[in-house]
Amino acid sequence: MQTAAQIPHDVNYLEYKGKYKGIFSWIFSTDHKRIALLYLYSMMTMFVVGVSLGLAMKLELIAPGKTIMDPQTYNALFTVHGVIMIFMIVIPGLPAVFGNFMLPIMIGAKDVAFPKVNLLSWYFYVLGAVLVISSVLFGNGIPDTGWTFYAPYSFKTGTNLLPAIFGAFVLGFSSILTGLNFIVTIHRMRAPGMTWFKMPLFPWSLYGTAWIQLLATPVVGITLVLVALERIFSIGVFDPALGGDPVLYQHLFWIYSHPAVYVMILPAMGAISEIIPTFSQKHIFGYKAIIASTLAIAFVGYFVWGHHMFTSGMSGTAQYTFSILTFIVAIPSAIKVFNWISTMHKGSINPDIPFLWAVTFIFVFMIGGFSGLVLGALATNVYVHDTAFVVAHFHFIVFGGVGFAFFGAMHYWFPKMFGRMYDKVWAKVGWAFFTVGFLTLYSPMFYLGMIGMPRRYYDYLPEFHAANILSTLGSWVMTFGLLIIIINLFRSAKNGAIAPINPWNGKTLEWTVPSPPPVENFDEIPVYGEKDGPYEY
Amino acid sequence: MEHVTQHSDPHYDQEASKLGMWLFIFTELLLFGGLFIVYSIYRFLNPEAFQLAAQALNPVIGAINTIILLVSSMTIAMSTSALQKKNKGLTVFLLEITIMLALIFLINKYFEWGIKFDHGIWPGSEHMINDMSKGEILFFGLYFVMTGLHALHIIIGMIIIIVALNKVQKGTVHADRPSLLENAGLYWHLVDLIWIFLFPLFYLIH
Repeated sequence: MQTAAQIPHDVNYLEYKGKYKGIFSWIFSTDHKRIALLYLYSMMTMFVVGVSLGLAMKLELIAPGKTIMDPQTYNALFTVHGVIMIFMIVIPGLPAVFGNFMLPIMIGAKDVAFPKVNLLSWYFYVLGAVLVISSVLFGNGIPDTGWTFYAPYSFKTGTNLLPAIFGAFVLGFSSILTGLNFIVTIHRMRAPGMTWFKMPLFPWSLYGTAWIQLLATPVVGITLVLVALERIFSIGVFDPALGGDPVLYQHLFWIYSHPAVYVMILPAMGAISEIIPTFSQKHIFGYKAIIASTLAIAFVGYFVWGHHMFTSGMSGTAQYTFSILTFIVAIPSAIKVFNWISTMHKGSINPDIPFLWAVTFIFVFMIGGFSGLVLGALATNVYVHDTAFVVAHFHFIVFGGVGFAFFGAMHYWFPKMFGRMYDKVWAKVGWAFFTVGFLTLYSPMFYLGMIGMPRRYYDYLPEFHAANILSTLGSWVMTFGLLIIIINLFRSAKNGAIAPINPWNGKTLEWTVPSPPPVENFDEIPVYGEKDGPYEY
Repeated sequence: MEHVTQHSDPHYDQEASKLGMWLFIFTELLLFGGLFIVYSIYRFLNPEAFQLAAQALNPVIGAINTIILLVSSMTIAMSTSALQKKNKGLTVFLLEITIMLALIFLINKYFEWGIKFDHGIWPGSEHMINDMSKGEILFFGLYFVMTGLHALHIIIGMIIIIVALNKVQKGTVHADRPSLLENAGLYWHLVDLIWIFLFPLFYLIH
């Protein structure tokens, strides 16, 4: 281990020559910034795979009947697409990339509390990804259960499901370790004078997220282990033939997987809460209300899982209760939206690229949120359950919410992370194509669901044709925008103009260190005075 | 923030590693919590069958194992105290005793499972599927899963204790830097605690 004295303060983390050379200086690095980039690149790789699968599915749905694949392939595609996108992209997404990179800097620390555990969590991530991919490449058949691994089909199907289940388990473990690390980091390593209520909102959202990761993931972990054991040993707990109850599987699965939705969305909201005050040059409106709503979402989010199961067989009382709780969880989300809008009010708005992503985030998040209320209400839920409406809803929330926030955060912190500016014109073009494509892709699905098109079928009735063509066209436009964005960022990371320390005039601590930051972030640990705060413009 | 003090080694923060360990223990409790929920639900649904099946387990062996684990928890706690008093020899000795006790626990468990196998009781066995009620199948399914997972934790705990023992011998874990041993102890108490719940649930409630 190197002592602090040996690490120079004038070398940035990208150029620092440590003990190892070449690729080993990355995969053996315990620097939170390098680990963040490791996560970024591995996620980008998996994201490209996930997007390609999505594109293939949309292409299949461009016309009724068989277009390019048979039903079994389609089942495999939506399963692998779901597993990759949920477990490898949106759940780790913002915490693992921007949380790792920015959390220590934003709270004035040199690294996270357990740098080695941090690196270990990335190895678990890679192991999980390899396991899932191996289930595709080897064995007799690609998993076809959907990403939810519902019992009893998950132990009846002849496909190669075990590696995928263990992969999801290992990815969960990676997520637990990240969460644990962040909680300890925030408790122990805030800069002197940075009290809880002087902490910026992105670390706050990571704190709420970390608790969910910690408290919910073990439950799905054991549930997946039980499914695996059911497959190998027939222990009976989810097998009705042996006395088990498949609905119990759904309960245990959603006890985790609904809070996991908030693992995805809370850090996204946190990033938006950083971007909006910076580009409005104004103190965030209702700082404490945002924190309270973050914690409220994290808390109430535990008690709404039943709304995934309204048609699975529950008592009326349980249905009412879950429905009411679902409506309650919408309130803190709405509070945040009001806070963001109020922050912009009378602000000095700079409509630069991160801000554009942030406002489109609010727009798509609201559509996703309101359609969530349609699904949370019992009567309408039964009507649109398992239709394309549900697919539209969660893509608006999960992809719209997390995706737009991720790209917003990417364009916001890119100058800090790579020390270079990106081409703003191309960034705007990419954003425009992406947004138009996104809306064209998913909006028709609301309509399709309302008129009765079920989800998870490779085929459909002729009357659904027109809207499906539009949706498929949207997928092409969106992917085109995505390509522009990614190419622009890659080129700029190499050749962009040198970025200043503080390109957006932000007030949080990451804008006080050089771009890119030196290895140990700060020469001297910053001290927060009585009047300092993250949003004092 | 009165806690931010600069140690001679800036990367060592005893409080942080203890907090981290407690959080990890929390996740382990939730992991078993999931199983306890499954157990309680099926017990509630099949009270007679669970009672009947539980009679096949020998509470004496269970009780002996409980005592073994309790004693091992005591020895590892004593080893932490010995480390604080800078008595390296005693620390090492107490840790060795702990590992021995864990091993005895596993041997007991091995024979216990072996007897079940001899009677044709294992998940998916013909005897179970043909002759037992669904409630009994669930009881034994859960018995093997929960005690098996617990045994796995015993093995992991033993590995952690062996690592700690090595570091105590090498002198990298000492009175001023006891985190690893303390965390090993915390983990061992957790393993013990889970058994304290498993024992009555499977052996004592008839």
